[in-house]
Amino acid sequence: MSAPLHQALQRLDTIILGKSAELRLAMACLLARGHLLIEDVPGVGKTTLALALARVLGLQFQRVQFTSDLLPADVLGVSVFETGTGAFRFHPGPIFAQLVLADEVNRASPKTQSALLEAMEERQVTVEGQTRPLPQPFFVIATQNPATQIGTFPLPESQLDRFLMRISLGYPPAEAEKALLMERDRRDLLLDTAAVLDPEQVLHLQQQVAQVRTAPALIDYILALVHRTRELPGLRQGLSPRAGLALRRAAQAWALLEGRQGVIPEDVQAVFTAVVDHRLQTTAESEKGGIGAADVLAQVAIP
Amino acid sequence: MNEYLPLLTLWRLLGVLALTMSPHLLRLPVWVSLLITALLSWRALSAYHQWPMPRMPLKVVLTLLAGGGIVAQYGSVSGQQAGTALLCLMAALKLLELKARRDVMVMVFLMYFLLLTHFLVSQEIWTVAFLLICAVAITAILIECQHRGALSPRLTLRKSGIMVAQALPLMIVMFVLFPRIPGPLWGLPADAGAARSGLSDTMSPGDISSLIESDEIAFRVRFDTAPPANSAMYWRGPVLDHFDGRTWENAFPITAAGYEPEIERLGQRVVYEITLEPHRMRWLFGLDLPRRDHLPGDAIMSREAQLMATKSVIERRRYSLVSDTDYRLQPTATERMVRRNLALPAKFNPQTLELGRRWRQSLGNDARIVDAALRMFREQPFVYTLRPPPLGRNSADEFLFTTRRGFCEHYASAFTLLMRAADVPARVVTGYQGGQLNEIGGYYVVRQSDAHAWSEVWLSGRGWVRVDPTAAVAPERIERGIEGSISAGEGLPGYLSNRTRLRFYFEARWDWINARWNAMVLAYGPELQQQFLSRFGLDDLRSMILALTVIVTLAMAAVGLVLLRQSLPAPIRDPALREWRRFTRKLGKLGLVQRTDEGPRDFINRVNELHPDLSERANRILMLYLNNRYLDNRDATVADLRQAVSALRL
Repeated sequence: MSAPLHQALQRLDTIILGKSAELRLAMACLLARGHLLIEDVPGVGKTTLALALARVLGLQFQRVQFTSDLLPADVLGVSVFETGTGAFRFHPGPIFAQLVLADEVNRASPKTQSALLEAMEERQVTVEGQTRPLPQPFFVIATQNPATQIGTFPLPESQLDRFLMRISLGYPPAEAEKALLMERDRRDLLLDTAAVLDPEQVLHLQQQVAQVRTAPALIDYILALVHRTRELPGLRQGLSPRAGLALRRAAQAWALLEGRQGVIPEDVQAVFTAVVDHRLQTTAESEKGGIGAADVLAQVAIP
Repeated sequence: MNEYLPLLTLWRLLGVLALTMSPHLLRLPVWVSLLITALLSWRALSAYHQWPMPRMPLKVVLTLLAGGGIVAQYGSVSGQQAGTALLCLMAALKLLELKARRDVMVMVFLMYFLLLTHFLVSQEIWTVAFLLICAVAITAILIECQHRGALSPRLTLRKSGIMVAQALPLMIVMFVLFPRIPGPLWGLPADAGAARSGLSDTMSPGDISSLIESDEIAFRVRFDTAPPANSAMYWRGPVLDHFDGRTWENAFPITAAGYEPEIERLGQRVVYEITLEPHRMRWLFGLDLPRRDHLPGDAIMSREAQLMATKSVIERRRYSLVSDTDYRLQPTATERMVRRNLALPAKFNPQTLELGRRWRQSLGNDARIVDAALRMFREQPFVYTLRPPPLGRNSADEFLFTTRRGFCEHYASAFTLLMRAADVPARVVTGYQGGQLNEIGGYYVVRQSDAHAWSEVWLSGRGWVRVDPTAAVAPERIERGIEGSISAGEGLPGYLSNRTRLRFYFEARWDWINARWNAMVLAYGPELQQQFLSRFGLDDLRSMILALTVIVTLAMAAVGLVLLRQSLPAPIRDPALREWRRFTRKLGKLGLVQRTDEGPRDFINRVNELHPDLSERANRILMLYLNNRYLDNRDATVADLRQAVSALRL
């Protein structure tokens, strides 16, 4: 692993305590040029995670708090008539940042949600007939609160797979929580934290991800996993080819984080749940029992 | 498990059941067929309208009534016809409690069993073809039931067809190898087969002309030597030497040893093989006159030179004979034989008796008396006809002096009577005359329409001499068969008229196919089986069963292997993986087993925890393996890996 990357991860560990695995997943997601969905109750450090990532990687940061009256223009930007110049000038929205935190994305109307999702997918914004590219690198962290369902518009299943990964942070381990309470406020700590990487380096790392080798044997493993989801009786829909591609890219990023030049089955397993779980739709009967990514992993032999 | 039965499956089941039983429905007593049809229709409608099923008491009553009806009809519930009727009826009654999938299974197996019963009635090619279709249909029901109707009908039928086709090789092996044990086990029940027409052991006017109407086959003949001319083809059947004034019969056929007739051979021998259709009588037919020393094992020749089998012929049988067309039968007479063949009922046919007496006085010589009678038939206006006028009490008188129209039995009867009146020992012989050559198969077909009656007179020094008075009246009957001999205006029996060449050809072809079927499949009994299998050294029962078991077991094992192969893991092509497996096998001795979903690194981590002593070597092997299989690192070769694995000794 490149030293700066290693250092960045270590730095992150000092800010977000006891969440080493989730941090690495988030980092892998970023390096794989994907977007991240964090599903969790408030107060477990979603925003802090986003802030820390931006800080450590030296990325511009914007935060959008999604509310039910938020309009697409509020996210993308709008052209405003300026009396001074006598012309319309485009005021870019908060999406024009390298790391965007879309907080409580499920509270916005579907219209606004899809404006965000389109921008995420295309990495450009078209307003009033003019297409404007988004900055590079571009990384969206959206959060969803699964507990509050009243008055929200949870992202439809078909849109969930715009996110490369979905993770949840969960409560910190007892040891970490104790440290959290005893030490300085995390936000203050962040202000003192210097960037370890810069956007150029991040872009370079993203290019390296694509070059991590995936041997035929490993592709066979990914295929076996994908096919298994299509055969399982408890699942309404198996994984799409896009999901297979996502899995491969995420595993490559993970291998890079591990400092390997090729992907091994353990890399696939490490990212599998985060990449796949939100793309699997269980049938009504098996809703209770719940067939998850872990079940699929356990059922597929490594070729 | 009371699983809901879909309406469509039920209707299909009923349709297949109707198909399976249909040939029986046409044969069973009308009330049985009607009852079965009613039960089928009721079940179909009740499913549609959701009528309630009958309760237990009603079912019991119905079952008892049906059983009682069968007993009343047949006098028992066993036997071919009663058993079939009972089975069909009970299968239909079973529909009254057809509710769940489980019941469908019962019905399916009942139907397979029902199929078998068709063989009791007929073993023709058509029957086999029909049964194969039924088997496919029944199997389709079974598949539909198993798949809970998830397959399309076309796919179901295809699957079923494939399954039946797959069973065919097994069927052939079983057919060839399953030991045929001579005895009642393999024989058909005594009442098997539909009633057939044929010659009987009595002859009254009109008997034979009614047989002419039937084109049923009596037997087929294949000649090994040159066949005799059609006019010399007299197939000898029952010999009738007792006349009661109207009917000829053979009162006391004697077959005991020591009563065999004395025969002198004069000319060429004829060797041939007859395939006789079952006629339910004991006699066998042979070309006039069979040699006594070449009879089939269970046959003997009666005093009248008639071939008799020990049992009635209820199954098609094949036998070979050698005959002499030139012969002298019983040249020396016994007093008893002469007396028997001169006996006459005194109070019948006075005119005929008178004519005979006159001839005896005026002509004196036996041979001249025979000539005089034949001349009378030839010169006086006698007519050979299929539809003679009915005759009264003195049938011979009326025929000879009034109507003069008759069929072969009239001529043979009147002639024999006349001879006896003139003191010439004479008797009636019935059988078949002629035969039709099947040019495709090179054999002759003798049909019921070739039935014939002629006479034999005993002449001193020459023995029994065949005299056919019909030949004097209608020589074309003897030379060209029945077709050529009936005048056009009279109208031939339906099957003989309007025969085109093409139709004739197809009939010959079809008969040939049937004959092959008979010879190759139906005739495959104990003797043929032993004859056939002894070529392969399997001539005793034990080796037959052994061969059958071995072949069936091997076939099953082959199928099992094919199925097993599909579930076996594919052979390992990647050499690195092969070495890795070798390594994990070695670790297996320590109780360390890699889970199928466990990656190699995770596994080695586990190994390191449990066996720190191994960790250095294990990590090296892991590194080599990952480099070879996943990381494409040129520095590590499979050879290194192989070496490292081989070096590991546990």
